[in-house]
Amino acid sequence: MTSNLFRQILQRPTGVLCAALLAVLYLIAIFAAVISPYAPSDQNLAKTYHPPTGLVWHDGRLCVRVYKLVDPTEALYRAEPDRLAPVHFWAKSAPYKLWGFIPMEHRLFGVDSAERIYLLGSDSTGRDVFSRLLYGSQVSLSIGLIGIFITTVIGVTVGGLSGYFGGPLDNVTMRLTELLMAVPDLYLIIALRAALSAYFDSGQIFLLIVGILSFIGWSGTARVIRGLTLSLRNRPFIHAAEALGQTPFVILWKHLFPNLLGYLIVTSTLSIPGYILGEAALSFLGIGIQEPSTSWGLMLSQAQDMKVFMLNFWWLLTPGLAIFVTVILFNALGDVLRDIVDPKLKTQV
Amino acid sequence: MKTYIFKRLLTMIPMLLGVTFLVFLLMSLSPGDFLTPIKAQRDISAEYIRQLEAEFGLNRPWYVQYFLWLKNLLHLDFGYSWTYKIPVVQLLAQRAPCTLLLSITSLIFSWAVAIPLGVLAAVYKGSIFDKISAFLAYTTLSVPGFFLALVAVYFAARTGWFPTGGLTSIDHDYLSFPERILDYAHHLFLPTLILGIGGIAGLMRIMRTSTLDVIHADYVMTARAKGLGERAILFRHVLRNAINPLVTTLGFAFSGLLSGALLVENVMNYPGLGQLVYQAFLRKDQFVVLGAVVLGSVMLIVGNLLADLLLAWTDPRIRYDK
Repeated sequence: MTSNLFRQILQRPTGVLCAALLAVLYLIAIFAAVISPYAPSDQNLAKTYHPPTGLVWHDGRLCVRVYKLVDPTEALYRAEPDRLAPVHFWAKSAPYKLWGFIPMEHRLFGVDSAERIYLLGSDSTGRDVFSRLLYGSQVSLSIGLIGIFITTVIGVTVGGLSGYFGGPLDNVTMRLTELLMAVPDLYLIIALRAALSAYFDSGQIFLLIVGILSFIGWSGTARVIRGLTLSLRNRPFIHAAEALGQTPFVILWKHLFPNLLGYLIVTSTLSIPGYILGEAALSFLGIGIQEPSTSWGLMLSQAQDMKVFMLNFWWLLTPGLAIFVTVILFNALGDVLRDIVDPKLKTQV
Repeated sequence: MKTYIFKRLLTMIPMLLGVTFLVFLLMSLSPGDFLTPIKAQRDISAEYIRQLEAEFGLNRPWYVQYFLWLKNLLHLDFGYSWTYKIPVVQLLAQRAPCTLLLSITSLIFSWAVAIPLGVLAAVYKGSIFDKISAFLAYTTLSVPGFFLALVAVYFAARTGWFPTGGLTSIDHDYLSFPERILDYAHHLFLPTLILGIGGIAGLMRIMRTSTLDVIHADYVMTARAKGLGERAILFRHVLRNAINPLVTTLGFAFSGLLSGALLVENVMNYPGLGQLVYQAFLRKDQFVVLGAVVLGSVMLIVGNLLADLLLAWTDPRIRYDK
């Protein structure tokens, strides 16, 4: 089923494009430390709100322009006409650890340490926005996958069991899901965040956010899975399995689950954006990922400063663009998958 | 039908008990209370703090506090806001109209844009207009609302054409009546646009699909066969039938009237309920939060009921009571 699905994606141009671009995004996130020229917390207080550095081709090699601070009160920089800094590839840098355990001393590109390369400008403390964007993608891109995994596991277990067994178990779980669905989402998220933050330190906030978003999300999945299980429950192949004396868990795992897989793949892909947006919204409100870690939402919350608006530091809004691109790719891929799995649902063209 | 509505409204009671219990539990789990900042000040005597604690019942266990709150609720007393020093009901009544105003204007905006676009996309199916509108719908579905709000504030600050926040200007009280209306409209324009854009795409897709369903129906062909003008067909036969699925969504729109604008309000500094609730959460202004949660949950449950009823109203084949 899954290999077949994969082959079908490859036959559709939109599917190939979205899957390929998403793969690129995830590769970038995985190798963020190598690709980014600086560490995410690498400050340079002499170069705050630096505009993106211009790239020029000079003497057969790529160079960046060198800028001079003209007016510190307005953070106005001007490119110096004949000063250029050559870009080195596989440049030596301060030692760091890739994935936390591989010691490295090089980054993909960089300039001499006297100058700085800011592909997307710098923020209020002179940190490189491009590097932070790459590091931030690790949070923003992984939160969707982990969140949807937890949600699906809980949703399928609870929904499957209550649909299969029915009775009091079904009653209790369904009332519970209704309860969770009766509170406006954002209210519940903020309340959970306020309640649980004391039990997590700032390094574990990521886990807390994933936990909260999954806690909110499982009820919807559980209800749909319960409905699907109910409709499959009385099909002959389930009765046959029961007559053979198979245990309920084997029936759920071997007979029901494979039938739900197509549906699950589609809804998972279509709900990943919800997690990405949820994390971004929380971090944006200041109750998500905390400094010195970085995520796209957190970067956007720093762009809320009036100074940013007044002085036109547009590059601080690029994380919003990154969120937008990721979400649109997941939505498009989800639509393609839905057309493959359930052609009847296809939006009329 | 009456018994059905009555039953649905009855199930609201245990639901609200559960919701408030959950929120009360969550708020009691988080460390500190609204007196924490006062306690940190050295010049306030311990005795005074004890007195305050006794006054607000903070020295009792949280479940006792919960039952006290429930008891007061029976007299429609939602408690007292510790930061604003006024009753919660009064505070909510102050802020809710602002949010309601914003939600309704943005709802009208998204309907006014989505219906014509959806119908046109269906009528000119496959044309370049259809493709562009589908693409735009896709795009707006994928932009985070708070990012759009941020861009809007950025736009307002750069051009100076619109205020960057609030609902009224400083000199609002000195303006004549028509000027006041204009002042409101000026402040509402951007928040309405941002909140409304999020809704357009979904509504437009529904409208397009249902128009496509209707446009090939037999009665439309009959109308055309008897020589009716295209305009009459579109407005009298197609539109009236195609709009049914959209009417159902009104129920869900009702659910979000008061709680749907939280993010946009906070980014655009709009003095509505969402901003109040968020601040209250941060300041541990417990009863304000609870009041808002009760309000939001009631709206959500009633909205779902409303959606079911509207569905039955637009499609007489659906009957809820047997």
